Amino acid sequence: MMREYRTIQEVAGPLMLVRDVENVTYDELGEIELPSGERRRCKVLEINGSDVLVQLFESTAGINLRDSKVRFFGHSLELSVSGDMLGRVFDGMGQPTDGGPDILPEAKRDINGLPMNPAARDYPNEFIQTGISAIDGLNTLVRGQKLPIFSGSGLPHANLAAQIASQAKVLSADSNFAVVFAAIGITFEEADFFRTEFERTGAIDRTVLFINLASDPAIERIATPRMALTAAEYLAFDKDMHVLVILTDITNYAEALREVSAARKEVPGRRGYPGYLYTDLATMYERAGRRVGKNGSITMIPILSMPEDDKTHPIPDLTGYITEGQIILSRELDRKGLRPPVDVLPSLSRLKDKGIGKGKTREDHADTMNQLFAAYARGKECKELMTVLGEAALTETDKKYAKFADEFENTYVHQNSGGAKEYTNRPVVETDGVKGTLEIGWDLLTILPKAELKRVKPELIDKYYPNGEQG
Amino acid sequence: MVADDLADANMFDVVRVGRQRLIGEVIEMRGDKASIQVYEETAGLGPGDEVVTTGAPLSVELGPGLIETIYDGIQRPLEDIMKIGGEVIDRGVEVPSLDRTKKWAFEPCVQKDEEVEAGDILGIVKETVSVEHRVMVPNGVKGKVKEIKSGEFTVEEIVCVLEDGDGKTTELSMLQRWPVRIGRPYKEKKEYEDSTEPIITGQRVIDTFFPLAKGGTAAVPGPFGSGKTVVQHQLAKWSNVDIVIYIGCGERGNEMTDVLREFPELKDPRNGESLMKRTVLIANTSDMPVAAREASIYTGITIAEYFRDMGYDVAVIADSTSRWAEALREMSGRLEEMPGEEGYPAYLTSRLAQFYERAGQVYTLGNENLMGTQKREGSISAIGAVSPPGGDISEPVSQATMRIVKVFWALDSSLAYRRHFPAINWLNSYSLYLGRVSEWLDSNQCPGFSNVRQRAMTILQDENKLEEIVRLVGVDSLPPSDRLTLEVARHIREDFLQQNAFTDVDSFTDFDRQFKHLNIILLYEELSAPIVERIDMDKLFNIPALEALGRAKYIPVEAYEKEYNKIEEDIREQISSLERGALA
Repeated sequence: MMREYRTIQEVAGPLMLVRDVENVTYDELGEIELPSGERRRCKVLEINGSDVLVQLFESTAGINLRDSKVRFFGHSLELSVSGDMLGRVFDGMGQPTDGGPDILPEAKRDINGLPMNPAARDYPNEFIQTGISAIDGLNTLVRGQKLPIFSGSGLPHANLAAQIASQAKVLSADSNFAVVFAAIGITFEEADFFRTEFERTGAIDRTVLFINLASDPAIERIATPRMALTAAEYLAFDKDMHVLVILTDITNYAEALREVSAARKEVPGRRGYPGYLYTDLATMYERAGRRVGKNGSITMIPILSMPEDDKTHPIPDLTGYITEGQIILSRELDRKGLRPPVDVLPSLSRLKDKGIGKGKTREDHADTMNQLFAAYARGKECKELMTVLGEAALTETDKKYAKFADEFENTYVHQNSGGAKEYTNRPVVETDGVKGTLEIGWDLLTILPKAELKRVKPELIDKYYPNGEQG
Repeated sequence: MVADDLADANMFDVVRVGRQRLIGEVIEMRGDKASIQVYEETAGLGPGDEVVTTGAPLSVELGPGLIETIYDGIQRPLEDIMKIGGEVIDRGVEVPSLDRTKKWAFEPCVQKDEEVEAGDILGIVKETVSVEHRVMVPNGVKGKVKEIKSGEFTVEEIVCVLEDGDGKTTELSMLQRWPVRIGRPYKEKKEYEDSTEPIITGQRVIDTFFPLAKGGTAAVPGPFGSGKTVVQHQLAKWSNVDIVIYIGCGERGNEMTDVLREFPELKDPRNGESLMKRTVLIANTSDMPVAAREASIYTGITIAEYFRDMGYDVAVIADSTSRWAEALREMSGRLEEMPGEEGYPAYLTSRLAQFYERAGQVYTLGNENLMGTQKREGSISAIGAVSPPGGDISEPVSQATMRIVKVFWALDSSLAYRRHFPAINWLNSYSLYLGRVSEWLDSNQCPGFSNVRQRAMTILQDENKLEEIVRLVGVDSLPPSDRLTLEVARHIREDFLQQNAFTDVDSFTDFDRQFKHLNIILLYEELSAPIVERIDMDKLFNIPALEALGRAKYIPVEAYEKEYNKIEEDIREQISSLERGALA
């Protein structure tokens, strides 16, 4: 029998103190019934003797200390999961909002998950083709990786993410592919953009959407990404699907966490965020990956907007320490009109070396990638020198590098021939008359003298260096 | 968490909590109330749950079977947990740290009636092809050997019985326990003057420019993306030590998987065996409980000390100590302690110092005259990664670490953007062992080492100054001699310092080869310097031998000596022909 408590002692911010409670446990899920009969959910944060501190997932408005009742369910927050979730839309707490029928649960899962045993992880090494050269060629995404997009307000990160979701594919085989999308405190407009994009590209049928809008309770945001990941884990490891999880925007999530931490009067860390932000983010991000003996995988693309474009802000900083690289969007390239405005030098994919090369993409991929990086970095330095000293001060080689940097941005990074919204779906290797990413890379390298290509093995230069007909 | 009626527990005793028997540790006591830090996720615990003390502080099990195992922060073998609980780590799993069923071939080294004391080697077990496990008399035990067995035993079976002067007997198995927060005893630390031998890591920038002495301490700080973990992995792979303890402390799960999958494939350059055969892994990834992360560092160093006591050179590699400090901060916050700098507890520095102080070269316990051995020596070298928030090393963990360690390999994100790896900045890094190590190298392996190293370093420092001038006035206005310095510095940077961890040949360079390589670059400088004023610089900077030099690091190991000699000859010849051309 479930006991009801009418002993709410105090309510402050999203927190509530309940007296004389028996037999509750940490993290247990509860429910508050208002005098009006409305029910709201909450979870146990702290227990001190018989006093229990609970955190509400919704607003505290209308809670009456005398007449409201609290019940505890004896288990922590769970999500009912099922293969039928595909194509459905849920709110931030996992309730369907698309007017469809309730989900018949195939299983119920604790949304906090359990840490994955490092010995049971399988190393991600399957190349995912996104059709974006700056990612495929230079910062390759592989299955089971977590690769965030560091963006800023006003930058087209949503387009990039939506496009990756709709055109990402694995070269080797066709397989069950699904997208789990969690909107965390974003505007209706942005959420609607994703929904329309998924519908337009037909991705919606294999997509699960969890939507917590900016107008929804902020505290709910703490649960939303975990809901999404629980659904993703079910689809990946019980249903053998390859799941791409997109979480946007992590900054809103961290702010919700800060709100709860402040209400609990915890000692704040940097910029008021709680000291456990790293661990908290890690328990989310680390749920991406592959497991030994399972066919499915979870690949994660969290999106976060860097306040003031500052990479050292705690949220991007801690994220970068957990994730396997980052894709950084640059305001400068965006102003130049480059689409997508991926800043390739500070961007990084830590797992790229395992996903490229012979048998995966092409044998020359790694060498040309390093060469392009080095040449672009040097070209940018030369361009800086040029602005200070004028073109005459550069040596012949340096001028070539400067030219290379410009061309690189315009033809390699920029690929907006498919209209304002869409980037060309550019394969890695040449197919069907479309210029492949690697080919464009080689064309660009012909700008430089052959002797400068120190990072490419001589035999690969002989094999792949474009002869005469330069692009 | 607070528990009542625990008056019979001691501080830092391990306890079991609740129905799931979660593992915890007593960290505070007031009257009969004890605060307990639980090493696992506490969801589902509630008041009224039972707390049982085990009566012992957090300890590790030491004995054959450690090598090649992957443990979590409190020494639970992850492979075994996987067999029980599947791919996720369930709470409260209980698995013995060492396999209780496996039989090891024990070969005694002592005879009946011999007098032995703590630290003496009773017998050996061939644990892996690379490691001979020396079973020692546990601390605090001595006496006359009453019985010693030979043959196949599990770790718990009795292999030796000792009898002390009073006729009391002690039965010894191969298994011992040791509390992790207490350093294992040794006879004495080796004198400063005597510990001069460097660890050869095969990484050119480290071995040549910022060497680490055996038993030394080093820190690798750097912002994310600067290649900290790759540097740590390289050290774990190639250092010429006997045992490597790799602690993945609060870092990425996939990185540990990488180590797990890659190490067995790699060959130890010293004996051609798999690298895993000398490695113990401790993995407490960032999604695993924070309290166990705090313990993982101690678990690692205690296992290291155990191997040190056998007389081995051990390297402890901790990635990353910042995550460990954060775990300390989180726990301190929960205890509502008064925070020090940036919320870290006031005892952060002393704890860090205690950890690094457990490194060093020592003379181990044990009878000197037994088995005709000399004083047994062992060493622990500790290398810790530091992950400063935002790459700013003015934060407390970096600063505290810098005060303790003797070698500092500063990683630099701007080098990383240029794909200069390892991104160790040669201007900011330092090694306080340099003097001692150079002396040793000068007199043992590479006469003239210190001069060559100093010359190369000067060129790099000059380059830094010259670059500032170039930024202001352009490269054309520099005199030829300075242009030469820039050119030589570029070769040192690109051909020598840059090292690709992902190619087979370049991943590891033995010391003689490094020395030879650097010598060739300096030979070019030496030959060019007197004539650079007189001849066409473009020709001098582009002689064909330099291109060969640029690719020299990819020459396979078998062929390098011949090829390097050829490059050297070519440089001599091409420069002198340029000189003749200029005269004619």
